[in-house]
Amino acid sequence: MALIDLNKREIHCKIVYYGPGRCGKTTNLFYIYNAVSEKYRGKLLTIETRGERTLFFDLLPINLGKIHGLDIRIQLYTVPGQSHYRATRKLVLKGVDGIVFVADSLRKRREKNIESLIDLKNNLKEYGLKLEELPLVFQYNKRDLINANIPLLTIEELENDLNKDLKAPYFEAAALKGIGVFETLKEISKRTVKYVARKYIFNQAHKRAQGGVL
Amino acid sequence: MGTMVVTAEKVKELQKVLNAQLLAIGVSLAILIDEAGNVIVAAGNENGVDTTSLAALAAANFGATAQIAKLLGEEDFSILYHKGKRDNIHFTKIGMDFILVTIFTDEIPLGLVRLRVNQVAQELLNLLSEND
Ligand SMILES: Nc1nc2c(ncn2[C@@H]2O[C@H](COP(=O)(O)OP(=O)(O)OP(=O)(O)O)[C@@H](O)[C@H]2O)c(=O)[nH]1
Ligand SMILES: [Mg+2]
Repeated sequence: MALIDLNKREIHCKIVYYGPGRCGKTTNLFYIYNAVSEKYRGKLLTIETRGERTLFFDLLPINLGKIHGLDIRIQLYTVPGQSHYRATRKLVLKGVDGIVFVADSLRKRREKNIESLIDLKNNLKEYGLKLEELPLVFQYNKRDLINANIPLLTIEELENDLNKDLKAPYFEAAALKGIGVFETLKEISKRTVKYVARKYIFNQAHKRAQGGVL
Repeated sequence: MGTMVVTAEKVKELQKVLNAQLLAIGVSLAILIDEAGNVIVAAGNENGVDTTSLAALAAANFGATAQIAKLLGEEDFSILYHKGKRDNIHFTKIGMDFILVTIFTDEIPLGLVRLRVNQVAQELLNLLSEND
């Protein structure tokens, strides 16, 4: 649930990075955290088990500047990708406004990507939400491994497996090196803010039309 | 789910309730958050408290506890309470979508906090569900 705070003149949106275990969700947040100046980011909160696996979620609040005189505050969350954390993933999705689906380009993770997307749809359904109706961006991560002689899925295969019907925008990425990270963030933020602001701006226009004071 | 819009007047009204009922009895900090972990309004002494992280963790904590309740066949745990050396923290569900977080020291009796929290719950809910 997005929050528009007219007192502080802020819009708060929640964007969730979803995807199978080890696909690079936390790596995206770390990269963003390190690249954004302190002025525009809050604390990075991570809840992990031993050895870098996310146990509950990571959270990074960032400030995207102003639109329509309102400060855009985005909360970036990651879910724990390992399949047995399904209940936890569902909790993190509560109130989501936009989704980045990070897919692992490793060929051997093909099934895991597909499973994770189904899991996402099922979790959303339990909140009465549909993936097709939410702002969504795909990120095909670990493209750098193409040089390491490791079997990767082609972009066509990834698109066909995951994005054939959804037709969401996608970005190739190597999150560890920061490639594609900000492109992904920019696109999902743009879509999410538009989605969230629609109602507010509609209301404003409506009120003005009726000669209201707000 | 959708989007929640809070106006400056609404924030003032909510703050007034938190001030009059909770800060008045010595509660150090009261924060009203939504299901997504957003801070809707905070009243009291925020010094040194990272309310953004606190709200995210509180919402997650509440969600996790609700799931545990389900596993045990409980309705829900509508109240959570953690006792520390100096500070105590109390979480109460407000309606379906909101959580009130209260932080207070040992000098304030838990019973009194509970009583007041129960009293404000309906008042806050009315304010939150009023549509302008
Ligand atoms: N080569 C390469 N490795 C990557 C890339 N992105 C992430 N990794 C590595 O993949 C591993 C897992 O990354 P994480 O970001 O922790 O994965 P996650 O999706 O958060 O995993 P869970 O928390 O278990 O869901 C780490 O060792 C990363 O360094 C990438 O673009 N290229
Ligand atoms: Mg992780």
